[in-house]
Amino acid sequence: MTSTSSSGTGAGDQTPPVAAAPEPAAAPEPAPAPGAPTGSRWRQVALEIATGSAGVTVLAVVLALLFGGVLIAAADPTVQAAAGYFFARPLDLFGAAWHAVSQAYAALFSGAVYDVEADSFARGIKSLTETLTLATPLILAGLGLGIGFRASLFNIGAQGQVVLGAVFAGYIGFAFQLSAPLHVLLAVLGGAIGGGLWAAIAGVLKARTGANEVIVTIMLNNIAVYLIAYLLSLHSWQRPNSNNPQSPALHDSSMFPLLLGDGFRLHAGFLLAIVACLVVWWLMERSTLGFQFRAVGANPEAARTAGISVATVTVWVMVVAGALAGLAGAAQILGTEGGSGLTEGIAGTVGIDAITVALLGRSKPLGIFFAGILFGALRAGGVVMQARTGTPIDLVLVVQSLIVLFIAAPPLVRAVFRLPSPRSHVGAETPSALTAKEVRA
Amino acid sequence: MSTVTAPAQAPAPTAPVLPPISLKAPIAYAVVAVLGLVLFGLLGPNGRTSGFAISTRTDVIQVPVFHVPSKLSAALLCLVALALAYLHYRATTTRRRPSPWIAPGYGVAMVLAFLIWAVAGKDSVLPLTGLLAGSLFLALPLVFGALSGLLCERSGVINIAIEGQLLFGAFLAAVVATLTKNAYFGLVAAPVAGVLVASLLVLFAVKYRVDQIIVGVVLNVLVVGLTSYLFSTVLKLNSDTWNAPPGLPVIPIPVLSEIPVIGPVLFRQTALVYLMYVVVAVLQVMVFRSRWGLRLRSVGEHPKAADTVGIKVNRTRVRAVLLGGAVAGLGGAFYTVGNSLAFGKEMTNGGGYIALAAMILGRWRPKGALAAALLFGFANSLQQQLNVIGTAVPSQIMLMTPYVVTIFAVAGVVGKVRAPASEGIPYVK
Repeated sequence: MTSTSSSGTGAGDQTPPVAAAPEPAAAPEPAPAPGAPTGSRWRQVALEIATGSAGVTVLAVVLALLFGGVLIAAADPTVQAAAGYFFARPLDLFGAAWHAVSQAYAALFSGAVYDVEADSFARGIKSLTETLTLATPLILAGLGLGIGFRASLFNIGAQGQVVLGAVFAGYIGFAFQLSAPLHVLLAVLGGAIGGGLWAAIAGVLKARTGANEVIVTIMLNNIAVYLIAYLLSLHSWQRPNSNNPQSPALHDSSMFPLLLGDGFRLHAGFLLAIVACLVVWWLMERSTLGFQFRAVGANPEAARTAGISVATVTVWVMVVAGALAGLAGAAQILGTEGGSGLTEGIAGTVGIDAITVALLGRSKPLGIFFAGILFGALRAGGVVMQARTGTPIDLVLVVQSLIVLFIAAPPLVRAVFRLPSPRSHVGAETPSALTAKEVRA
Repeated sequence: MSTVTAPAQAPAPTAPVLPPISLKAPIAYAVVAVLGLVLFGLLGPNGRTSGFAISTRTDVIQVPVFHVPSKLSAALLCLVALALAYLHYRATTTRRRPSPWIAPGYGVAMVLAFLIWAVAGKDSVLPLTGLLAGSLFLALPLVFGALSGLLCERSGVINIAIEGQLLFGAFLAAVVATLTKNAYFGLVAAPVAGVLVASLLVLFAVKYRVDQIIVGVVLNVLVVGLTSYLFSTVLKLNSDTWNAPPGLPVIPIPVLSEIPVIGPVLFRQTALVYLMYVVVAVLQVMVFRSRWGLRLRSVGEHPKAADTVGIKVNRTRVRAVLLGGAVAGLGGAFYTVGNSLAFGKEMTNGGGYIALAAMILGRWRPKGALAAALLFGFANSLQQQLNVIGTAVPSQIMLMTPYVVTIFAVAGVVGKVRAPASEGIPYVK
């Protein structure tokens, strides 16, 4: 779709029914630039990465970190003192600001990728494994949300689904006595079923009564919070000889195996996340069910006319999304938390963070994978940053949200960096998944 | 016997085709009433009384505390509810509109039956006036938030950022009120904070045409991060200079505030509550009865048509969203100066999302949003009161109830609600 062929109806161009459609039905992407032949999928991917959106992504991250730097500097006491005598010695201010910001970001990097202060390679690289550990639930829940977004279902309920997944997996983990591979498989399956069932409530209500899924999933999130609190107040769910709302510890047989030995928290849940990415890609791009998901998302009326049951698809979208979020809950309790049992805070803010992960990843498995790792890195680094330089971890939330905002609005980023608008690139002007459907004339 | 009348039915081909009668609502009403009758009445504790207080200590006209026999009165109330369910059934089967008083009457009867059961045999009495006043008070941020969402969505912009607007309003109100040592300056600052968040929403949603739900969600995260960061770095270290806001004083309205029950509930409140009455009334009239409101709604329903007759679509939207931000920001003041509380991290605690639900439950109308917000406020207030008195119901289940009720309401009562037709779609001329 270069300037010569831009007179079409837009991103969702449909071939007239008279002409025999030469393109396969499962090709939602706009046709690539004339320079690249349609044959190779890999070239298409390479082209996508190389075009403006990748550049915009990098610049958006830089811009968000710059803004975070301003906040760090503004809160630093040395900088504030230097600002007091700015007109006497202006360089002091910049020196102090540079010192505060570079210290904080160095700590962030140390916590996220490689700890330069560590005395051995194993300790240094622990940061990276921590990043991958924290990314695992974000990727899993983000995949689920991404499926919902592509089917035009705005599912805010990942938080509740993560909680239910953790509840089911945790209960199987501490209440049953089974041998190792069977126990962990059952617990993981339980997590998926827990999340899937919780999401199915919203799906069935939407399909049967038209109840708005945004409200129902918000309500289900709140209900899940009180449900887990209630369960943990029951005698059978409480740790013996303890008054804390915490379940008994999980049996070792139900735990995800650690990938790198005892010194690291990285567990097999990360492999599960990778497998889930592949499965979701296959589901959405190659399977009939995924095609129906996307068809309903693109135009429910047309999907109904084509013989797809919109109600059934709605329920299935929610079940699959919920199952993935439930797996995120399972990864939390069977892996990250090290078997210490179910607590009220087991889900953390995974469900909410996963929304931004799915948005940043543009609802595509590969994008969500990298977005999850980026946010996991910010989170892991944020902990170290707070410990070493006293910069509150809340800064990470600011940086995360700014990254998503800037990526969503490429014209803004280009305006800030005074870049020309790339006319020659396909889709660089409006990344399809993030920009809303425009009114078609 | 009926053989004579049977042929008479044949010549009636002109009768209009009527929609099938749905008995879902009366059946649901009846089932719940019967359950209540069994649980609160028949299985209720024998020989106990439930105490209620109506007057507050400062009232001029004092109504004494009264006790009712628990089992009998709960059973009677459930029977009343059952009778109302029957009336609803009669109206439905004869294809008449059920009286608008049936649903609220039913709700009141069932809630009272539950209250009588919950406080049966307790030493302390349930302060009914306090319960209602608390409901109104706790509903405040939800009302303002829902009105903000309504203004935005009527103009075609989805506002998920209500949560962020409330939180930032709470933050700025606390800081400004502390610095000026005057709660009313906080009340002025709160809408400014809301407008700041709304202007970001406008920038991304209207100018850059980013998906509005995405912008809203992300703005919420941004505000949580920003306020928590500033709280940890600035407010917490010097809370006396930054974060010790004075509270809004209660202003009793002369004469009116002395009416039993109604007085303390409606007219012995802070300025923020009176402001809420005004905002709801003004918006109810303006949105549906004024030229401004007609333009607002036309832009949200069919922007192209509105543009054709000369209404500036995007300008109208920008103004509506900014106004909505101001309203939500004002609601945020509730959390700090309205409550005489210092600002705390994430202190709105999902209130903005509940406000969104209240707006949809109220079908995008100011009156409906008020009613829905009061429902949530009542549930919260009830939970607080029963926590003090102590009851057999676990507190987690009590806290869960409003959300469960909302799901039922959305699925059963509201069903397929119709949002403004063009919401969420940026307008490109």
